[in-house]
Amino acid sequence: MSKIRLATVWLDGCSGCHMSFLDMDEALITLSEKANLVYSPLVDAKVYPDSVDVALVEGAVATEQDLHKIQLIRKHTKTLVSLGDCAVTANVPSMRNPFGVKAVCDRAYRENVTLDAGIPDQVVPKLLERVRPIHEVVPVDVFVPGCPPSADTIHFVLSELLEGRQPDLGSKTRFGA
Amino acid sequence: MPENASKTIVIDPVTRIEGHAKITLHLNDEGGVDDAHFHVTQFRGFEKFCEGRPFSEMPSLMARICGICPVSHLIASAKACDALLAVRIPPTAEKLRRVFGLAQVVQSHALSFFHLSSPDLLLGMDADPAKSNLFGVFEQKPELARDGIRLRQFGQQIIERLGGKRIHPAWVVPGGVSEPLSELDRDAILAGVSEALKITERTLEWFKSITENFREEIASFGTFATLFLGIVKKDGGLTFYDGAIRIVSAAGDVVANGLEPADYQQYIGEKVERWSYLKSPYYMPTGYPDGIYRVGPLARLNVADRCGTPRADQELAEFHELQRTAVLSSFHYHHPRLIEMLYCVERLEQLLNDPEILSKHVRAIARPNAPEGVGCCEAPRGTLIHHYKIDEQGLMRWANLIIATGHNSMAMNRSILQVAKHFVRGGCMTTGMLNRVEAVIRAYDPCLSCTTHAWGEMPLVVQLLNPSGEILDEVRRSC
Repeated sequence: MSKIRLATVWLDGCSGCHMSFLDMDEALITLSEKANLVYSPLVDAKVYPDSVDVALVEGAVATEQDLHKIQLIRKHTKTLVSLGDCAVTANVPSMRNPFGVKAVCDRAYRENVTLDAGIPDQVVPKLLERVRPIHEVVPVDVFVPGCPPSADTIHFVLSELLEGRQPDLGSKTRFGA
Repeated sequence: MPENASKTIVIDPVTRIEGHAKITLHLNDEGGVDDAHFHVTQFRGFEKFCEGRPFSEMPSLMARICGICPVSHLIASAKACDALLAVRIPPTAEKLRRVFGLAQVVQSHALSFFHLSSPDLLLGMDADPAKSNLFGVFEQKPELARDGIRLRQFGQQIIERLGGKRIHPAWVVPGGVSEPLSELDRDAILAGVSEALKITERTLEWFKSITENFREEIASFGTFATLFLGIVKKDGGLTFYDGAIRIVSAAGDVVANGLEPADYQQYIGEKVERWSYLKSPYYMPTGYPDGIYRVGPLARLNVADRCGTPRADQELAEFHELQRTAVLSSFHYHHPRLIEMLYCVERLEQLLNDPEILSKHVRAIARPNAPEGVGCCEAPRGTLIHHYKIDEQGLMRWANLIIATGHNSMAMNRSILQVAKHFVRGGCMTTGMLNRVEAVIRAYDPCLSCTTHAWGEMPLVVQLLNPSGEILDEVRRSC
């Protein structure tokens, strides 16, 4: 049996879900016998491959770059997994929505500044006015809540997907878990 | 070429770092590097969106800044809240927070060294990018990969035993911690100490045996004079939890000592760069840009007089033999990272063997008594400062955060310029050249989820940009 092509992607989140992925510890080695990590912050591929079987996506959609990225991922991925509360609900990153981009940027780059106050606007991606969960932007196949989902939960999801089954998360995780 | 346009190499995304960033190298007509920028491309706005929320939520909310070092944010935030309560927390609570912080330094340093940088160190800077990862390390030297996984697990399991979960535990609270430590959990943690020490010691020996292969990198990976900043104990010893800020020069002389973290605004300035969401702090008495300083493992071992535990102090003495002044090359961040892991394991063993660690009195209860509070600690990547203001109801009115990686912003930019000038020359861009530019960033172990993220379908492209960063033209380059 050929190995499945796995990607992990990090949009606007804290990397906690990726850390929970690493918390599978020795099971990571066993996983690598069944899956090739073809794209991830943990490996050096710079280009999202043309065909990916499973993508675990952490984080909300917060910048124009995130938006562009998730659309590309959707196009090239069979099973897209919203991993963690930020991907599923927009969670903490969306806490800026009621304040608006201008107010949060003013605090960081105009008020709490000693020198050269001004909002960064060169090279960096533009912040979207409203941070959104992934499924508001593209269709999502599997939702895995948790802040972060535990390593056991992530292991279960991957094992089920490797066997070609839709994971039934039932009582395994919850929002804020 | 259009007027005011320059050729730029874009490395996007920078991989095997904790966060999203891209690097642009601005080329001159001869194909040499004129300037280099490290762009952090994520920004979330915690300093603003915390407003109106109860201060008691801050440790758990602020921990969400970062999934790699949530414990440091918990500690700095809880210390700022302790200041709002104006209480002294019970001694056992402080010791438990210390153990929690030390465990996190072990897991975070293990991630940085083994999972992210060991592929460069074991397989070389010119290795096949398809193999430059933990799984490639496992194929070549399985014991090294297993050691890394095991050591990170040691730290994470301590966090789980104390805090109830490995990532984003809610155990650190204003006034102390929420639950005491059980004898069972203490003994289970202590049972893992001997293996953790052995792993750290053999990794240090392995690292010291290979540094000879990286002479050219040592000479060019951010080898320049800067100040170094970190917290030290009253006796000048290494600490991660509490102390005063000390600054030393490149010559190794103490420039400032005993600076109160609560007064940080008097000596740390924050400058905005329009091309990055990461601000650039500088030491105000020296001004910008001369007030450039570094924080983190290299800085801590340059500012501290001693570690204070036997094995780490032996290693520190050997480390100082590298250079009579402060140790200047950022390549050397890896070495103090390993020494600090040794210290952390030794130190948490001492703390856990103190009978007082099992006391049930772990939390001081109070209402808010001060309108403003600053909390500071040493996170794995350097000095971390949380500063809060609240109203009479205890609702947040304002926050300012200076995150460990932020302090290194100027130094990271200067480092990639130095590496790029040395390794990237006209003609063909090779993977090895560009990987070295990324590797110097990995040495700093920046945690960008902390600071404020990138993406690229274009790994090796030369772009023609105008001064405001607009792409005028682009050409793919490969070898």
